[in-house]
Amino acid sequence: MVSDKVTLAHGAGGKLSQELMEEVILPAYGNPLLNELHDGAQVQMGGQVAFTTDSYVVQPLFFAGGNIGKLAVCGTVNDLSMTGAVPRYLSAGLIIEEGFPIKDLKEIVATMRKMADEAGIYIVTGDTKVVEKGKADGIFINTAGIGDVIRGTHIAPQNVKPGMKIILSGYIGDHAAAILAGRHGLTLPDTVKTDCAPLCHMTKAMLEAAPDIAVLRDPTRGGVAAVLNEIAAASNCGILIDEDAIPIHEEVQGVCDILGFDPLYLANEGKCVAFVPADEAQGVLAVMQANKYGRDARIIGEVTEQAKGQVGLRTAIGGIRVVDMPLGNIVPRIC
Amino acid sequence: MNKNAERELAQKLVTEIKTMADKAGRKLRFMEVCGTHTVSIFRAGIRQLLPDNVELVSGPGCPVCVTPDDYMDKAIAYAQHPDVIITTFGDMLKVPGTKSSLGEAKTNGADIRIVYSPLDSIPIAKENPDKKVVFLAVGFETTAPTAAATVLAAEQQGVKNLFMLSAQKLVPPVMEALLSDAQVRVDGFILPGHVSVVTGTGIYEPIVAKYHVPGVVTGFEPLQILRALYRLVKQVVNGEAKVENEYEAVVRPEGNPVSQRITDTVYEPVDTGWRGMGVVPRSGLKMREAYKSYDIEAVMPLAVAELPAPKKTACRCGEVLRGIVTPPQCPLFAKACVPTHAIGPCMVSVEGVCAAWYKYGQGRFEYGK
Amino acid sequence: MCLAVPAKVLEIENAIGKVEISGVSREVSMMLLPEAKVGDFVLVHAGFAMQIVDEKDAEETNALLAEMKGAPRTVDTIEESVAHE
Repeated sequence: MVSDKVTLAHGAGGKLSQELMEEVILPAYGNPLLNELHDGAQVQMGGQVAFTTDSYVVQPLFFAGGNIGKLAVCGTVNDLSMTGAVPRYLSAGLIIEEGFPIKDLKEIVATMRKMADEAGIYIVTGDTKVVEKGKADGIFINTAGIGDVIRGTHIAPQNVKPGMKIILSGYIGDHAAAILAGRHGLTLPDTVKTDCAPLCHMTKAMLEAAPDIAVLRDPTRGGVAAVLNEIAAASNCGILIDEDAIPIHEEVQGVCDILGFDPLYLANEGKCVAFVPADEAQGVLAVMQANKYGRDARIIGEVTEQAKGQVGLRTAIGGIRVVDMPLGNIVPRIC
Repeated sequence: MNKNAERELAQKLVTEIKTMADKAGRKLRFMEVCGTHTVSIFRAGIRQLLPDNVELVSGPGCPVCVTPDDYMDKAIAYAQHPDVIITTFGDMLKVPGTKSSLGEAKTNGADIRIVYSPLDSIPIAKENPDKKVVFLAVGFETTAPTAAATVLAAEQQGVKNLFMLSAQKLVPPVMEALLSDAQVRVDGFILPGHVSVVTGTGIYEPIVAKYHVPGVVTGFEPLQILRALYRLVKQVVNGEAKVENEYEAVVRPEGNPVSQRITDTVYEPVDTGWRGMGVVPRSGLKMREAYKSYDIEAVMPLAVAELPAPKKTACRCGEVLRGIVTPPQCPLFAKACVPTHAIGPCMVSVEGVCAAWYKYGQGRFEYGK
Repeated sequence: MCLAVPAKVLEIENAIGKVEISGVSREVSMMLLPEAKVGDFVLVHAGFAMQIVDEKDAEETNALLAEMKGAPRTVDTIEESVAHE
């Protein structure tokens, strides 16, 4: 490349656009479907199709254990996975701020490819735009994805019934802690990094083991608290979880103690909450624990007839409190 | 300590509290002065564990809640000056003033930055030499020395564009105001742990003696709070009134003398207004004459036209803060006033009494009832 | 009204301390606690060390329970009884 920074000309459709495509994007994403370079990709699907999209605007762009590209692939893969589908194809739209280092762009798209490979999907179509300095924050990414819905599954909050067990796939808050720590002058040990990961292989195994899993959700923004409240409201059931059962790394709890956060509200990017019929809970748990992203999975509570629409938490000393829906952004507090 | 052991110890303490409280022969009412205690009590589900004859009421210990509208109005007015950058603890962002909040001002383009420490304002001031950086110095005795130390650090480093908008408050004068209010009835105080780290336990002695009301300083862990409650109940039953310390790990009789000295260097006591309580003599801090050049109100006074006229609402925050009514007794609670659309500050602050009642199940949450 | 957490002092230079809480580290000002030394546990509030933490709190509950019983029970016997109940 002539330049080491992305310029407006790279987005203007001429020679430089072609160069960016041929030297940065295609070498990273390259696959037979994309390499056709049509205006769109033509793909074969099995039957019922799941379709989702999400945009990624995280700051900082690079953080412990990942970057915005990792989020952009895993986030959309996980959204498809939570609907009970096997993700197949992704689109990738990049909106880049003029002056963005080519080196960083290469690293981001290389990460996207690596994650796509792990998830077993292809990035088959995309778009790149360059905007003037100040009109974007480095880079924004949108991905959309389609997947084949696994036959025999029917994921819907309305299927959640009293007595069902709630399984959480592992330690909470790692992603938010990795992002937030740097913003407030905290240094985390190398062991704490984003949990961002593609969960499609694990959810596929879970659904094959127990097709009547009622709900799968990834507790991203708003954390576990938001997911549980949404399901309690949508199913018109109560939810009771056990504070002691929720896995939190000591360092993440440390970040929470310092900045005044509640870990239940922290975002995760590689976790899943499953609502499972009681008699299948142990089987699903075993399948999850056999996957590297579900090794620390555990049952954290159950669905109840009482307290419809509410989420309760049994505290360490034996009291019960309400876990409310999170409100807006979490900011550090001294009170 | 493992979790099971903690639970067992909590249960034992609760049993002992009940046995002791039964000897009092009447309902006992204790006030936690500190908002962080309020939150800890709700988060741990302590109210639910307590016997019916031990009641907890929350006092004026949330700095955000007791800060009157006019302070927020001033902060918002300064934020709207194009050459001002506001630095603040996250707690203040959503607190309503008369007409809007800092959060709204931020949405409308004001430069408002959330900091974890007042000291974080210094690099911001250095990076923006053509701007006035104004730190919203709210808080009690614990936070006052951090603001004072920041002023001294700015002076030492030759930073001349960092200012304070001060509304520091003091605990003992407001306790005294509460105790001399006939509407307020409390049998004892859970005294604020981290305020006492700075002040020491001695400052409560005159009040406890004058009004014959027990006080126990404690920390914020559930077991520490239960220990303090046991000691309060025991004092009442024995007809005693003394200051006890259940937080000896960090609270010393003399407090932290360096912090006290630094606060005293920069600030002096002043009569100040509390939301719902009016002006309480010598219950606040203002910057001393020698540090006026760091006081934004002295350096850049606001024009009257920049501030909105006071408004009237049905909000009963003032009575809630004195423990006279509980949040559900306010006509707005959980109806017009909810955390997403708060009318009074007690619903905004994480440690606001109303927010705690709302968020953690309206006081005494019983699952499924 | 005031969140504060105990942290271990790792280093101090020019009244700035590096402290660690559960593996998380941050710079804090030692201006308000000049007597603190490396290795001390200190209480941190709003970016300042406020006080030296000088004993284990866990034992206080046991001590109080022993006092309630009016019998000179040691911390060990209570912890044992709890563990076996």
